[in-house]
Amino acid sequence: MIRTVVEKILARASGRSGVTAGDVVEPRVDLAMSHENAALVIHQFSEIYRGTGLDMRVWDPSRITIIFDHRTPAESAKTATNQKKVRAFVGEQRIDKFHDIRGDRGGICHQILPEYGYVRPGQVVVGTDSHTTTHGALGAFAFGIGATEMAAVWALGTALNVEVPGTIKVILRGRFAARVCAKDAILHLIGQISAEGANFRVIEFHGDAVDRMPTSGRLVLCNMAMEAGATSGIVPADEETRRYLREEAGVSDDIECVRPDEDASYERSIEIDVSDLSPQIACPHRVDNVKSVDAVEGVKVDQIVIGSCTNGRLDDLAIAAGILRGRKVAASTRLLVFPASWRVYQAALKEGYLSDLAESGATILNAGCGCCLGVHQGALGDGEVALSTTNRNFQGRMGNPDSEVYLCSPAVAAASAIAGAIADPRKAG
Amino acid sequence: MSKVVLKLGDDVSTDIIYPGRFMATVLPAETPRHAFADIPQFNSRLLKKEIAPGSVIVAGKNFGCGSSREQAVSALKGHELVVAAKSFARIFLQNAVNLGLKTVACPGIEASEGDEVELTVGQGCPVPNASDSENSRREFSPVRVGGGHVINHSTGGRFDLIPLPRPRQEIMDAGGLIPYARVRLLKRPKII
Repeated sequence: MIRTVVEKILARASGRSGVTAGDVVEPRVDLAMSHENAALVIHQFSEIYRGTGLDMRVWDPSRITIIFDHRTPAESAKTATNQKKVRAFVGEQRIDKFHDIRGDRGGICHQILPEYGYVRPGQVVVGTDSHTTTHGALGAFAFGIGATEMAAVWALGTALNVEVPGTIKVILRGRFAARVCAKDAILHLIGQISAEGANFRVIEFHGDAVDRMPTSGRLVLCNMAMEAGATSGIVPADEETRRYLREEAGVSDDIECVRPDEDASYERSIEIDVSDLSPQIACPHRVDNVKSVDAVEGVKVDQIVIGSCTNGRLDDLAIAAGILRGRKVAASTRLLVFPASWRVYQAALKEGYLSDLAESGATILNAGCGCCLGVHQGALGDGEVALSTTNRNFQGRMGNPDSEVYLCSPAVAAASAIAGAIADPRKAG
Repeated sequence: MSKVVLKLGDDVSTDIIYPGRFMATVLPAETPRHAFADIPQFNSRLLKKEIAPGSVIVAGKNFGCGSSREQAVSALKGHELVVAAKSFARIFLQNAVNLGLKTVACPGIEASEGDEVELTVGQGCPVPNASDSENSRREFSPVRVGGGHVINHSTGGRFDLIPLPRPRQEIMDAGGLIPYARVRLLKRPKII
């Protein structure tokens, strides 16, 4: 039979010779990720065990990873207490893939998983975070689940009642213009197919622009596949995947690349020529309200944010530092930068990017989810406007329903910081 | 018969249902107080117990898009609300099934606040045509159970609903994922 990547992965994980979209399977889970919401997972896990008389043990501690990122260091006593409970559980259950609040191995879950080589092509990865789709960039089938579903995974080691999703093939052709990147391509795609255009489906990314794209860009594509509603984004693993895992993640064991069959059956196919793509902006309050930068150029912004699991990687900070080096953030705005992990932070420190950014007037925050979801730092004032490299601009996302968020690439964010208003980075010099 | 107590549009995100700033509150017993915190009039009616259990929220497409936060479901479940939407975002729908929040996917639904509606879940609803171009009609496999419809007694409208696919209905019927998983755990062969 002819199969897509997700069909191949789910067939193998379910011990079947083949599955097709619509089949219901129970795949074994290779990696189960949670962040602070592990506090709720622990509660639900103990509920499952309640009255069974069984000793409460996770199915395989080596396949569970927990990363504190949403509120680090804790912003409240409540969060600190939740984190304390999770820490105790991690110790009791001997979960080694635990990333506490530390400047050596901390960071955002969706950066830590690739960085530490926890995700491999062909795996089934679940996470109690919607942007778990990110890890499809390494050729895995990675999808977000709720805390109760994770509790069942911790107990049983499988994901129950999974429907094999249909697949949408997205082909990115051509070469990006200077200062146009993966973020612009995925924003453009979401604008085309809408915020529910891939609901209950996988987006498989293909094309020469994806072949040439480093893993850092593929992580952006798959991260934001979620914003089209996708169950997962997947870039079929290739030589670049191997290079990333070997050189950047330090993986030394075998890496098997799961590729789709040539004539695999896709629900639909979408082709985008990226060579004439301009920088793209998602306008308030919808991530699919996407316009070319020229349509919103000059909109004044009060806060600019560079960072997150979408665009807080070393490449992103390099682009921003390259534009801002020797220049100043406009007095009318404020620029907040939060690297995706402490490893990224340290690398950016060594490369001089952080000093370039700080000298331009940027405030460098700690690695973590930061201001993206309005729970920790960088909340917006009433009526304020933000421009951000994060992935969501829902009303109230940055902690204030009476504010607006525009989404963009790191290049747009940096050029706009100089102007104090949305600006086209192709004109920034 | 149930009353429509809130009418919302398309793409209602989990940030609207349960704002991120309350995410440190996790326990199902505590989350209901923050349901729709950024729609203060509705939140205060919930807190004053002015909304009867079984009351209906009517929404457009892609209800519950965004975060996987389960608080968005437990907060509504705590008030025993029912959500009737044109379609649901995947993770929200799965969380709703897992926690036993009643949801009704009804692509044609039309209702206003104050309308009296009747939800009938049972046999007799035609399985939507797989070739239908409407996204929300293609989202599930053909393995379905039941059927049903929504009748708006205030307008006389009658709207077919899309039944849950069988594997999700099994979890609902078990009373949610916790009892469902508990049964599976007890059936697991003992590891010696």
